[in-house]
Amino acid sequence: MKQTISFTLNGNSVTVESHPMQPLLYALREDADAPGTKYGCGEGECGACTVILNDELVMSCLVPVVQAEGARVETIEGLANADELHAVQQAFLESGGAQCGICTPGMIMAGVHHLRHPERAPGGVPEALEGNLCRCTGYTRIFTAMKRAKEILSAGGTGS
Amino acid sequence: MPMSGEFKEKILAPLMSISTGKDLKFVGKSILRKEGIDKVTGRARYVDDVKTPGALYGKTLRSSIACGRIKKISFAPNIPWDQFTIVDARDVPYNRVLQIESDQPVLCDGVVLHREEPILLIAHEDPGLVETAIRSITVEYEREPGIFNIGEGRILKQYDIEEGDWKKEFAAAEVVFEGEYKTGAQEHVYIETNGFIACWEDECLTVHGSMQCPYYVHKALKYAFKLQDDQINVVQMTTGGGFGGKEDFPSVLAIHAALLAKKSGRTVRLIYDRAEDMASSTKRHPSISKVRTACTKDGILRAIDFSFHIDGGAYITLSPVVLSRGIVHAFGPYKWPAAKLHAQCFFTNSPPYGAFRGFGAPQSLFAIEAHMTALANHLGMDPAELRRRNFIHRGDTMPTGQVVDEDPNMEALLDRALELSDYKTKRARWKRGGGKGISLSTFMHGTGFTGSGEVYLASRVGIATTKDGGAEVRVSSTEIGQGTETVFPQIAAEALGIDISKVSFRRPETKVVPNSGPTVASRTCSVVGKLVERAAGKLKQRLAGADIRQHYAQHGEAYEEVEYVPRPGLVWDDDKYKGSAYGAYSWCVNVAEVTVDPVTAMPRVDTLTATVDVGTIINPVLAHGQMEGGIAQGIGWATCENVVLKEGLMENHHLTNYVIPTSADAARIVVEFMPSPYSEGAFGSKGVGELPMDGPGPAIVSALNDAMEAKFTHLPLLPEEMLK
Ligand code: FES
Ligand code: FES
Repeated sequence: MKQTISFTLNGNSVTVESHPMQPLLYALREDADAPGTKYGCGEGECGACTVILNDELVMSCLVPVVQAEGARVETIEGLANADELHAVQQAFLESGGAQCGICTPGMIMAGVHHLRHPERAPGGVPEALEGNLCRCTGYTRIFTAMKRAKEILSAGGTGS
Repeated sequence: MPMSGEFKEKILAPLMSISTGKDLKFVGKSILRKEGIDKVTGRARYVDDVKTPGALYGKTLRSSIACGRIKKISFAPNIPWDQFTIVDARDVPYNRVLQIESDQPVLCDGVVLHREEPILLIAHEDPGLVETAIRSITVEYEREPGIFNIGEGRILKQYDIEEGDWKKEFAAAEVVFEGEYKTGAQEHVYIETNGFIACWEDECLTVHGSMQCPYYVHKALKYAFKLQDDQINVVQMTTGGGFGGKEDFPSVLAIHAALLAKKSGRTVRLIYDRAEDMASSTKRHPSISKVRTACTKDGILRAIDFSFHIDGGAYITLSPVVLSRGIVHAFGPYKWPAAKLHAQCFFTNSPPYGAFRGFGAPQSLFAIEAHMTALANHLGMDPAELRRRNFIHRGDTMPTGQVVDEDPNMEALLDRALELSDYKTKRARWKRGGGKGISLSTFMHGTGFTGSGEVYLASRVGIATTKDGGAEVRVSSTEIGQGTETVFPQIAAEALGIDISKVSFRRPETKVVPNSGPTVASRTCSVVGKLVERAAGKLKQRLAGADIRQHYAQHGEAYEEVEYVPRPGLVWDDDKYKGSAYGAYSWCVNVAEVTVDPVTAMPRVDTLTATVDVGTIINPVLAHGQMEGGIAQGIGWATCENVVLKEGLMENHHLTNYVIPTSADAARIVVEFMPSPYSEGAFGSKGVGELPMDGPGPAIVSALNDAMEAKFTHLPLLPEEMLK
């Protein structure tokens, strides 16, 4: 039943033994030792499990791991480099965009993706982050953080 | 990819003090969240992130009926049951969950009192098999009719408070006005579901979990397993939101996980999926309030007759104190020469209702605030003006008998909120029924436990010197997103006179930290924070100017602990239910601006303005975060969060059909702090956590009434109702 599936996770190649239909979320958390990506509902409603798969934003609880075969997967663990946070991480930290932090990995991935492809959300940040629920912040400080992230980037900060 | 501590220092150091305060070094400054880097890098470890090789996965079999008896439980023959650990009521040393009372069984013992009541626990190494197995167990019941409406069942708790000659006031009143107000249940939707991991070693139990109150869990484990204090260690993991939902409920879960671990002799993970969490966990108590007021033609209030009824569900849990907090806020921030307050909580066959941010006060304040606006309309007065004429002041007596000994400054808060929102212009411009509305609410929220609660708690706080020349704060108050892990070090650093980077916060585990009480009731920053301030002051005295590093090298750890001391002059009579309900109140004004879509009747909260007195602000970014997040939950409760009850159970227990606000419908939230410091709160702070939940509901419903030229008196107010 189990199958060998290989993909690139944050630039490193990983191979997992997994049932092909198992959601990518669990393959990441349990098999690939990357528990930064969170479970919130398993139904595609909360966005806590958001990752970037071949440059597309996906809810990893809905993506069978077999779809990641040969793909490039980016998660929260891959954003910061050795001594610098990614601009979006930095901005969330400074602006109070993270409270309990459980939505944060998914929210930040959605934020990163939005800054790479702003044209995909004509309504801007509120639209880009619509799939990511946050119960703590009321979103106000997440919006502030996204503004701040743009500033950090235009000042030459880390992030791509 | 482990990142070094150095990484943290490097990033935090230049950012630590984004200055906003003046005289103090750390208090009043937006010090960055101490655990912030872990949270933004995905390194923070929540309970489900803990690796437990060889552990079993637990699952709960729950009742499918609301009321009746269990006749028979059958296990399908196709499952190798001997490979499973199966626990039932007979395996519980003492089958009771200790909260305020101990009426709730850990597992059903023949009698079922609500749907989703736990009956059996099973565990296996393979989580997939557990799912299959649980579906292969059949329970046969003998059904009995259940009770699902407030007022039909037995009374769970009742309070009656009277002040002045209210009968005479009503008899002589120029205007008597009455109304009935209803609020629905509300689900917390913390994004991290409930979970515990339990293991036993030599008769000692350790549980790791998501929770607000480690010592509540400790107490419940001790009771159910008949253990000694030192046989239990409760460890809080990073907790993904609580809002009251992880106050009482985790005790049940921890006992369940510990039962499976005990019987199997293995480590057991009991982590709920979203549907199970939403169906079985506690919710905000639904309420019905009848409010009758007497006033003069000019709107000077003379008397209030408030009857407050809530649904407690099948077991007592925390309902008596929810009812209590509700009724002692029911009169709002107004002066009443006479009052009659009556509160009842009823048993029903719903899963027990529990703590939710505000704890009864949002329900009663919804009623009084919706009523005040309706009364203003009845009198032909501006609702802001009616309130202004009746605000309570220093020296006035509340219906509880409490003499106000602080300056509420409600007029100033009101003026500023009206100015910030441009209330007058908009109110004049927006015609009633024209699709846009603006309205307000004015309210207060007590800091800390009600009445003698803080005295009974007798909270303790510890602080210790560390090897590197710093200090460590030891409390059982948890970080659940609100900022405890940052605010306490700020307070301690300020009181000790050392740098904030040198003060750390010990993640609560009951083996190590003293009991500083539960993380509830808007008490952490102000009440427990004051103890942190005192403990740090005591440590400073003991150090007498010595260099901490050297002191540690010579004498080892220096540790100081302090206990709560009741505020002098604060008297509460538990029998009469009168006296000083709280040491201090936080005060607030909300203005809501709404638009209703003319075709779909979809309401939108455009702007919610709040002027706020929560005393001294310890950390502006964190305090804003509390206000904004609470306001968003209030907006959700008023406009979209509809718990559909069927036989007492939340039928829509999925995020697909229970809707909370998203970024796309986020309101613009404007918060301005106007602090008046409280001498007994840490550096002058008062409670902030619950206050923001109280005001949005009534302000929004009143604004929607204006926009639609309607007279709604309940929430949530859904588009389909407004279309009618
Ligand atoms: S866990 Fe994937 S969307 Fe909620
Ligand atoms: S920070 Fe808690 S859910 Fe977003």
